[in-house]
Amino acid sequence: METSHNLSDSPGELPAAMLETATAAGDWILILPVIIALMAGALLLVLRHSRGYQSGFAILAVLAIIIVEIDLFWRVLETGPLAMTMGNWLPPFGITFVADLMGAGFALAASVVTLVVLVFFQAEIVPREQRHGFYPLVLLLLAGVTGAFLTGDLFNLYVWFEVMLISSFGLMIIGGRKIQLDGAVKYGFLNFLATTFFLVGLGYIYGLTGTLNMADISLVVPAADAGAMTAIAALFLLAFGMKAAAFPVNAWLPASYHTPDAAVSALFAGLLTKVGVYALLRIMIALLPASRDILDPVLTAIAVSTLLIAPLGALAQTNLRRALGFLVIGGIGAVFAGMALPTIVGVAGAIFYAFHSILTMSALYLVAGLIERVTQATDTRHMGGVYAASSPISIMFLILIFGAAGLPPFLGFWPKLLLAQGAIENSDWLILFAVLANSILTSIAGTRLWAHIFWRPGREGKFSEQKNDQLRRLSPLEKWAAQGSAIALVGIIVLVGLFPNLVFTSAGISAQDLLSTQRYIDAVGIEVTP
Amino acid sequence: MRLKRAKTKRLLLSSDLDVGFSLVALAPFFAAALAPLLFRFTQGYTGWLLAIIPASIFIYLLSFVEAMADKQLISAGFDWIPAYGLRFSFFIDGLSLTFALLISGIGTFIILYSGAYLKGHPHQGRFLAFMMMFMGSMLGLVLADGLITLFVFWELTAITSFLLIGFDHVRQASRRAAIQALVITGGGGLFLLAGLLLLHQMTDLWELSSIFEYGPAIREQAIYPVLLGLILIGAFTKSAQFPFHFWLPNAMEAPTPVSAYLHSATMVKAGVYLLARFSPILGGTVEWSVVLTVVGSVTLLWGATTALRQSDLKQMLAQTTVASLGLLVVLIGIGTEKAILAAVLYLVGHAFYKGAFFMIAGGIDHATGTRDITALGGLWRTMPVTFVAAVVAAAGMAGLPLTVAFFAKEEMYAILTFKGTWGGLFLANLSLVIVMVLGNAMMMAVGLAILFKAFFGEIKPTPLKPHEGSFSLWAGALVLGVFSVWAGTQLGYFSQNILEPAASSIYNFEVESKLYYAFKMLTTTPFIISALTWVLGVFIYLNIDAIRTWLREFARDLGWSFDAGFDWLMFGLIGFSDRITRLWHHGRLELYLVVVFVAFAAALLIPMWGTFALPAMSDVKTMTFYEWAVFVIAMIGLVAVVVAKTRLMAIVSLGIQGFAVAMFFILFGAPDLGFTQFMVETLTVVILALVMTRLHLDQRDSRMPLDLLRDGGLALVSGVGVTLLMITILQTPLDLRLSELFAQTSVPLAHGSNIVNVILVDYRGLDTLGEIAVVMTTGVAILALIRIRGGGPQTGVGAKKPQRGKSRAKKKTAASRQAKTSRRASAAKASA
Repeated sequence: METSHNLSDSPGELPAAMLETATAAGDWILILPVIIALMAGALLLVLRHSRGYQSGFAILAVLAIIIVEIDLFWRVLETGPLAMTMGNWLPPFGITFVADLMGAGFALAASVVTLVVLVFFQAEIVPREQRHGFYPLVLLLLAGVTGAFLTGDLFNLYVWFEVMLISSFGLMIIGGRKIQLDGAVKYGFLNFLATTFFLVGLGYIYGLTGTLNMADISLVVPAADAGAMTAIAALFLLAFGMKAAAFPVNAWLPASYHTPDAAVSALFAGLLTKVGVYALLRIMIALLPASRDILDPVLTAIAVSTLLIAPLGALAQTNLRRALGFLVIGGIGAVFAGMALPTIVGVAGAIFYAFHSILTMSALYLVAGLIERVTQATDTRHMGGVYAASSPISIMFLILIFGAAGLPPFLGFWPKLLLAQGAIENSDWLILFAVLANSILTSIAGTRLWAHIFWRPGREGKFSEQKNDQLRRLSPLEKWAAQGSAIALVGIIVLVGLFPNLVFTSAGISAQDLLSTQRYIDAVGIEVTP
Repeated sequence: MRLKRAKTKRLLLSSDLDVGFSLVALAPFFAAALAPLLFRFTQGYTGWLLAIIPASIFIYLLSFVEAMADKQLISAGFDWIPAYGLRFSFFIDGLSLTFALLISGIGTFIILYSGAYLKGHPHQGRFLAFMMMFMGSMLGLVLADGLITLFVFWELTAITSFLLIGFDHVRQASRRAAIQALVITGGGGLFLLAGLLLLHQMTDLWELSSIFEYGPAIREQAIYPVLLGLILIGAFTKSAQFPFHFWLPNAMEAPTPVSAYLHSATMVKAGVYLLARFSPILGGTVEWSVVLTVVGSVTLLWGATTALRQSDLKQMLAQTTVASLGLLVVLIGIGTEKAILAAVLYLVGHAFYKGAFFMIAGGIDHATGTRDITALGGLWRTMPVTFVAAVVAAAGMAGLPLTVAFFAKEEMYAILTFKGTWGGLFLANLSLVIVMVLGNAMMMAVGLAILFKAFFGEIKPTPLKPHEGSFSLWAGALVLGVFSVWAGTQLGYFSQNILEPAASSIYNFEVESKLYYAFKMLTTTPFIISALTWVLGVFIYLNIDAIRTWLREFARDLGWSFDAGFDWLMFGLIGFSDRITRLWHHGRLELYLVVVFVAFAAALLIPMWGTFALPAMSDVKTMTFYEWAVFVIAMIGLVAVVVAKTRLMAIVSLGIQGFAVAMFFILFGAPDLGFTQFMVETLTVVILALVMTRLHLDQRDSRMPLDLLRDGGLALVSGVGVTLLMITILQTPLDLRLSELFAQTSVPLAHGSNIVNVILVDYRGLDTLGEIAVVMTTGVAILALIRIRGGGPQTGVGAKKPQRGKSRAKKKTAASRQAKTSRRASAAKASA
């Protein structure tokens, strides 16, 4: 970011270790999103008794983060990856933060979703349940997610994973319904285990390469023992595959996502699995490409099985949010498909899909929350008649479900297009088949949900063809805060879907930077050591 | 892959057009967005207002007729996704224009008709919005130049059709038909997508207008059959070809305007359009001809016979639509000049008479309250205008002279005069003509049945008192009928401006039509066959009741239908989903963990096995006696954990193992780390012992022997994996760059003499900040858990369990994290 001036010129025989000039204030935008989120979270914890301020303050903080991240994204788009090493140490000695287009883009999408969810949450009035911790936990979650997207240090990534994990665990149990505890236990156990595997892998990779800086690792890896490196890559694949909820280690997601409030599950659906996906893209494509090639059949198998099996879960489930959970998983299969197609088109497809998934899946859960309010039920068997009751909810659900299935002209179509093209480019007919079959299966599952919740006039059973008498109208607050925020998010999704050029450009550049790490390494400023 | 560009044989000139042309496809969408709002203010007049849009599109398109008569190809578009080379592009040639005129022209009357048909329906605004959206999609589809533009509109027609079929959503049959149609046409669309992408892959082009030139080169590729198959599946599903035909009759659950518009005149023709459009690129090969003619023939006969079985007006029409689509596919498959002319003629003629017939059927339904042909009669008295329209429509369906369809028949039967000997080709053509005669005769019989049974004979009692509908209800049918005759009489104008340009686009050469009326026609082969068709048609009509009974009995005896097959498939899929989901998501945590650990062991061991020999165990000999001692203590701790009688004992034993590990840290020069570990282990044991009174620590978790074997085996294999990988990595020299630098700069630059401290607060201060955040968050989470006890379900131990599991795991990760940091530090110290 700035010209480096080594201390090696100064007296003594000290090695080059520090930058002499301080980071320019304007360049702090790289770390600012994390800082704002952490500080705001801590501050809200201190102010936990002034409940009136909490929501407004949190929303302001996230707005500030979004503004910073828009600036960051723009700068990265114009000038290439940015890097900043903490404490002015020269990389790889300090912790480096790097924003490439993929990280900055995901971070931006994540904070937009967080903002929407915070507004949506204003409609949650459950006086019985104490919700002191909610806002700090959301901000800490955002800090963890953003930190993970922007860090350029593998161990630091682990730290952000921990922040994310523990704050999401807290969010999951807030409210304290029994079902939440059950979900949280499964979520907690399996995710702590995944994080531990990540840590084990970290120890190994440090032992093998002697560095934790990602740019540095990508330089050192070609010389390292290929077999051990592949085992480490497989370990990372397992750890992040669990985080991303890829088949067959995805049991925690359908077991837990439907248990907390809709707003919280929307946040999870948008953020949690995507961080796992991000880490995999970074590690598999950029850091350990040789190991990725060896693991290619495994990636293909995971992609195909996830793509094909996940929508079946959505077909089988009657609990609405559980069914949506399987759609989230199906999308993870699409990202894996992109990782199994290591060309620009394929990887760009994976990145685009992850971006789409952040927005679309969150929006789907928000709409599911609205549906639950209107029908006063969580099970699709007890829903019905929403089509006649609410046009906005109907339109949103339809757009999102077709988007999730990857039908044009919605956002989800474009990454599917890239993935299909990538599969054809690589003559990988199996993946082509799985990507397209996933669309058909998701359409079937989605239209079944639609038929049951919206078109069927009444609840399942004897009175299914009579008017549903359990429907209630949204209160004004719900209408403005909850439905309004969902409409805003769906509006963004529709607009980006109709004019996807910027996302195409960004996904293309991101894929390019992943496949050839030179710009990333240059930004970090690692000198190639013999 | 770069293909050879063929010297263009097209006589089509090309010129550019204003981007505003895109509005033809986009304006209906804007209108759709406004329709519900408009409906709120204008109520019954909404249909009239909205009809202005297709009417103006129609008039605008008419201005292209002249250019098309000169066989021009005009394109327009704008950059859509330049990053991917995609343009939102349109072009118009004879074929596009013919379709677009049909869509907008018929659309105008359909919108009018919808306004009257759904009079007083609360969701009329919604309905009109869907109709307009569909119209836009269809126009976009036939005008699209870009492959992706085409596909986007293609799927949009499927989506809007889904919404329209399910419009009457309170009926279960509608919902099912809607899903069925979407699954089949949307699914087929994905095959089309694969085909289009393959085409792009072969040519590196996105624009149809430029791909045309590569037609011959594409047909030579080895992958051509795959490409053909993918695109044909897309076309066949959309155009309801056998065996995907069954969704179309079910789609009649939609309100009649939808049936008239989507499922007879336009959307189902999209598949035919696609075949015609791709005919210059993919057509002319043996595969093309054989597949198209065979599939088309089967569809023709299947649809025609099924139509005879029906007595519901809409079902009869729907089945004949299937048959007509089959006929069109056959004609495109034959692909000779005559056949293409016949296809265009039939396409236009069919759109006229079938659209008219559907509107008539809807009018009858509206007026009498029934659509059953056996319950109707003598309507000519009460519905005279509708009757006139029906006479013209039936004439079209029968292909009588003066209608467009007459010439369609003339041209299609002309393939028999194809200059061939008594070879295989002649036989093939002969059998095709026989199929066409049979199909046409049966369709004619259905048309006659509708006309005579419904309008003649005695008046039968109907649910509603028959009356003539309003202007909007009969205008469309009448105008279409008139058009059918107009086109059949103004041969010169029609041929030159519509027929020849469209046929030339499909045929890729300039086509000349020689349509005329003359007495000498009476002796030509085609006319004789036509006459034969009429005789056969009348014969079938006269026996229609007997045939219907016989066919119904046959179908009942068969006891299976494609429709039932679809249900069987869907329920099978749902049942399968249910089983597979139960298999993988059973809700038992311990089994989830087994899956995870199997994957863990596999991740560690399989790559090592697969890529290199396992490490040599040379280091073992160098261990000193005290190292051995600590090692043995650790092992004892582990064994104690496994055999412990109570949970408390297990926890304490785990502590033993932990202490031993801490000893290792100290032995290998990391005292800070060792002390931290001591603290963590001690605290864990102490805290757990303290809460023991509230947790059931005094029992042992019992395992079944088989589980014991499984879990023990997994643990052992995982442990072996971890160890082996560790040994492998230790055999390569550790890169000490970081440690060395930390040692050198800790004092002079970071001003701290304890390297571990400096690492924690300076070199890697951000990690520490993150960990502090973790601790803070843990506190909040624990608070949230504790609060549950106040308000949440109070099940004592049950409510506390997750807290225990969580905090244990948390401690472990925190400890191991610290261990990690300090390991680097200690390495630094050791080297210093």
